Amino acid sequence: MLSLGSGGAKSTKPSFVSYVTPEEIKSEKEPQKKERHPNLLPGEVVFCSTNPILKYTQDDISQRGIFGTLLCTNFRVSFISDETPQEEPTQHFKNKLYGENDIPLMCVDCLYGVYDEKKKLITGGMLKNKYPSKMIIHCKDLRVFQFCLTFTKEEEAKKIFQGIVHHCLEPKSLKCVFAFSYANTKGPEMQRTQRTLMFDSQEDWSQEMKRTKGNCRIVTENQNFELSERLPKYFIIPAAVSDDDLSKFPGKGLPIWCWSHHSGCALFKASSLPVTQEDGVAQAWMERMLHAVAQTHLYSVKIEDLLETLPNIQDIQQSYTKFKQFFLIDNSTDFWMSDVKWFSSLENTGWLDIIRQCLQKAVEVVECLEKENTNVLITEEEGSDLCCVISSLVQIMMDPHCRTLTGFQNLVQKEWVAGCHAFLDRCNHLHQKDKECQSPVFLLFLECVWQLVQQHSPAFQFSETYLTVLSDSIHVPAFGTFLFNSAFQRESCLKHSQRGPLSWPAVWDWSMQFDCKAQELFINPLYAEKLKQEKVLRKVPRIKHQRQLSLPSSAFKTPPKKGFFKDEAESLKKMLRVKRFSRWMVPPDSPAVATRQFYEAWQQKPLDYHGLLLPCLDGPAMRLWMQRYLRWTPEAQILGGGSVAITSKLAELLGEVRALQRELAQKGWWDSMGEGHHRPQTMSLALVRTSLRLSSYFPFAASRNWSFKPVIPTGLLQSLMVTDKLASQEDETNEVISLV
Amino acid sequence: TEVGSAFHSWGALYENTRLPAVNVLSKDVTYICPFVGALRGILTVTNYRLFFRCINREPAFLLDLPLGVISKVDKIGGASSRGDVSYGLVCKDMRNLRFVYKPPEDSLQKSAFDVLTKFAFPNSNNLPLFAFEYDQVFPENGWKVYDALAEYKRQGLPNESWRISKVNDHYELCDSYPASLVVPVTITDEELRRVAAFRAKGRIPVLSWIHPESQAAVVRSSQPMSGVSGKRCKEDEKLLQAIMDANAQSHKLFIFDARPSVNAAANKMKGGGCESEDAYQNAELVFLDIHNIHVMRESLRKLREVVYPNIEDSHWLSNLESTHWLEHIKLILAGALRMADKVESGRTSVVVHCSDGWDRTAQLTSLTMIMLDAHYRTVTGFQTLIDKEWVSFGHRFQQRVGHGDQNHTDADRSPIFLQFIDCVWQMTQQFPAAFEFNEYFLITVLDHLYSCLFGTFLCNSEQQRVREELSKRTVSLWSLVNSQLEEFVNPLYVHYSSHVLLPSVSIRHLQLWLTYYIRWNPRMRPQEPVHQRYKELLAKRAELQKRVEELQRDVANRASVSSERAGSPTRSITPVQTFV
Repeated sequence: MLSLGSGGAKSTKPSFVSYVTPEEIKSEKEPQKKERHPNLLPGEVVFCSTNPILKYTQDDISQRGIFGTLLCTNFRVSFISDETPQEEPTQHFKNKLYGENDIPLMCVDCLYGVYDEKKKLITGGMLKNKYPSKMIIHCKDLRVFQFCLTFTKEEEAKKIFQGIVHHCLEPKSLKCVFAFSYANTKGPEMQRTQRTLMFDSQEDWSQEMKRTKGNCRIVTENQNFELSERLPKYFIIPAAVSDDDLSKFPGKGLPIWCWSHHSGCALFKASSLPVTQEDGVAQAWMERMLHAVAQTHLYSVKIEDLLETLPNIQDIQQSYTKFKQFFLIDNSTDFWMSDVKWFSSLENTGWLDIIRQCLQKAVEVVECLEKENTNVLITEEEGSDLCCVISSLVQIMMDPHCRTLTGFQNLVQKEWVAGCHAFLDRCNHLHQKDKECQSPVFLLFLECVWQLVQQHSPAFQFSETYLTVLSDSIHVPAFGTFLFNSAFQRESCLKHSQRGPLSWPAVWDWSMQFDCKAQELFINPLYAEKLKQEKVLRKVPRIKHQRQLSLPSSAFKTPPKKGFFKDEAESLKKMLRVKRFSRWMVPPDSPAVATRQFYEAWQQKPLDYHGLLLPCLDGPAMRLWMQRYLRWTPEAQILGGGSVAITSKLAELLGEVRALQRELAQKGWWDSMGEGHHRPQTMSLALVRTSLRLSSYFPFAASRNWSFKPVIPTGLLQSLMVTDKLASQEDETNEVISLV
Repeated sequence: TEVGSAFHSWGALYENTRLPAVNVLSKDVTYICPFVGALRGILTVTNYRLFFRCINREPAFLLDLPLGVISKVDKIGGASSRGDVSYGLVCKDMRNLRFVYKPPEDSLQKSAFDVLTKFAFPNSNNLPLFAFEYDQVFPENGWKVYDALAEYKRQGLPNESWRISKVNDHYELCDSYPASLVVPVTITDEELRRVAAFRAKGRIPVLSWIHPESQAAVVRSSQPMSGVSGKRCKEDEKLLQAIMDANAQSHKLFIFDARPSVNAAANKMKGGGCESEDAYQNAELVFLDIHNIHVMRESLRKLREVVYPNIEDSHWLSNLESTHWLEHIKLILAGALRMADKVESGRTSVVVHCSDGWDRTAQLTSLTMIMLDAHYRTVTGFQTLIDKEWVSFGHRFQQRVGHGDQNHTDADRSPIFLQFIDCVWQMTQQFPAAFEFNEYFLITVLDHLYSCLFGTFLCNSEQQRVREELSKRTVSLWSLVNSQLEEFVNPLYVHYSSHVLLPSVSIRHLQLWLTYYIRWNPRMRPQEPVHQRYKELLAKRAELQKRVEELQRDVANRASVSSERAGSPTRSITPVQTFV
């Protein structure tokens, strides 16, 4: 147990608290001069390496550091312990590309140096010759590393510090990203990863349109990016758009098809037209576009300019910057200090509210499609940030296919990767000084999906672990998936490489990172699989496009109760003479109220995990993604607890059910239920047996050897000062205190 | 067919209840539901419950609550020009209900509200609580769940260091303690009497729980009456020394004072105080900074404002923080965690007290025992724990809840027991497989804390309960629970007998219990709990298992037939393992 004691009470507090003095360590172990190298990946080159470096360990059992070698390659910053590594039997979840002491270069978020007990943010360029006594690395996946440089020879320390600063903070060119060294040069034929559709071919798009029974047309004129460099090679537009209009404003303002509802109405997204256009021309053109969208179904269309109501990308970036700070915890004192005003601190970052706003907007769009069967066109400056968030969320809520693992990967590929979300700029992979373009828009989307997953877990085939790992993969520079700004950029890099045509592995090839056993943790054992019988029922021929994906629209007739309120509220108010009557009334019709009614009407219907899914948007329903944000913090671990306890129990039970089903199937007795359940469930038993010793942040922190010591807060006294007179009152009192 | 299916539990539980004697019906009452709007319907009031039914709505809307949950009836405004009267009911379960009603012309005819005002507060109207009239017969008798001597025997008591004293057999030593007390063998009853004179309300240090291996004990008491002058009592010092000596593994004793040190110091002015480390050799005094009943009551009042009826979505977290409710929960859990750590890892006995030792002390001992002893995480173990640490050790349920009493501003009321259940719920969230009971059980316990349907939470002490003959004249809540156990069982439960639970007390891991505090808000209702899906799986497995067994029999039969004929080989069938 690290007890940092009374740090907080002092009037002058050093910004850095060390829980282990260098002297202590020295006496413990003499540093050895020995350098080791990690198993380098193909194409990985070591830039510099230094020994000995002391890495502080945050585990509660070892209040000390570990000596080892720190090195920087073109892929990662890596620390290799001098101690012989112990074989950890519990390590279910090892990433094949980087270990727990590796930081992929793209994953470095901030670098701090401790100079004379003061923690300073290192920005590239400054402090060239002065190296700190200690270096703190904050990672984009929320890990925190602390390295002590005082045992290292001055020259060596300077070298490694400058090397890391240079490779992690200085702007670099796209060609220097590790993916370019790692990429396959096998040839132009792309490696088709499993079943995920890449949406870089005409077939993928037509297959998707066929699946949703859309009636729009595929544009092939952009095959060589002649129409626009900001649009996919192939895309789909309303059938009624003429060829003339297609090329009028290259790529701008075109309504791009996202998804079709079973009623026939569809969702489109568009970027804004350039402002310099003559008003009349642009307006007429826009009207024609709207007309074309409307013609898709029933001549109705609703336009939604996302920037009018949603925060822009700078707001999102600002909010997240504040938010993540609360999870990059350097030491135990910081942890318990931030525990005190935890809720209001979170609220002040606005991050959860942004998530809610996005979900809210998506529900509004869903309502249009589902209830009114209106075509919807969402627009935004670039058409590839919030448009991607909202259109993807709408599809997840309305289309159960998008809630399967493959369906979700198809969706990300369709809306985000092929859809030209500017990953390179938004993630600032190249450390550009100008950070205006940086914004965690894709992470915001994953956050929204996580909210849906935790509210309606059985509706999703993938687990929260999958989402967490996906969010980490954005910053692993081995894949081509989240590396580029557009399909055009990707294609041109592919073609004009010095090493000949390249091909990058996709993130979706999960076996690059995890073995089969670990990948099983991506699957949600609670997923309510669709039963075979229901599938048969669906094949019954129906009129037109009735795919019965979701509820019939008649379910959403406005309830009659509203009328009462409008007519009689005033007289009731007078009659009741209640001062705070407003609290009892719903505020006048706002989008939020409409959404609520839509949600409530949906909520009253029997729940179908394979139908329409809506999130509860009330304040208490918006949760913190604990697994992602708290998984590395030792103080926040619950030993033997957390959701792993449920998961393992369920996996065990599912395994049993499947074993029985197999047994019955073998004997030819069971035919109705057995099919569709062939996924092997091997992890279950091993997991259950160890679940007592697993921490709540399994699988991420399981490899550490946590001891069974409680984490007792330090400085309880400061935590809650009740100053009113009630606090000093006696428990037993005969006086009557009026609290009215 | 009900809309407010959050109310469903009531309907389901009392279907069998005999129709009570008093039954007054008022037509044309309007219930102003903050979520649905105004609803017109029929209000029925009996001597046990309020029942409102709105039929001209599809599906029909029902409101069914025991009168016991009502803490205050407000008649708002006089008769208006239209002759309407409005009633506001403030409930102990976080709701406020508002009705508008037009009284009949005939003023002699009693309205439902007149009856309600009378029967909601039977104690103030010289009427018996409904628990004394309720005569439902259940297959299980909940009064038999807790037997003090059996529970001590389970813990291995008496043993060579601890004895069971009969000094309080007639509640003469301490009228708020149970009859059987476990004390060190080296202390005589006479010495206990002297200690009683030194401890507030005579609540002497007695054993609550003993560690089966290390023999470290959890001991509870009230504050010592040391006062400003620092009075000492050599028998008290001897007793604490004996408690330390009873545990050979440690030469130390931790005294946990649940209060903030300022409050302990302030108590000296009134003759109370805390143990000085000078007087008690080898003892270390630790303050746990848990606030008093008034602070807790105020915190819950704020919480109610924040959650009912409407929630300010974008300020939810800061509003929640401003109530301090979860911070109080954190301090209580942190206190229990420190005690559990001293007992488990430090192998040291602990003594805990607050001022009188019946509020914070009960919270701390019972939570520590849940952390340390898996038995208390079973349904009957938990019932035993409540009966022992709360009911028999004199948590003043009558005063803290105010059963049947119309004095809603009574400063003795405080949600101490609710806080305890909340802490238990927090632990069930952190350790979803460690508890045999489910959330519904905890909610049921809280609902009947107020309902006055059962005798379990009536009176202030064992002495009063014996005098009132509660076990003869009323039904125990555990009778109901144990008669329909499957409703209350957590299907995820795995029994690990020697598993100590060390919860995280960081506020990051504490959450507001939405399904209790915000259950009246229809939007916050969960669509389908995990348990539902799990139950389906259990059923599916049972079904499959049955078919496998049938098949095995079938195969065996055929095999015997065919072996007679040709001796064909039969495939051996591995028996199916059963885990749950």
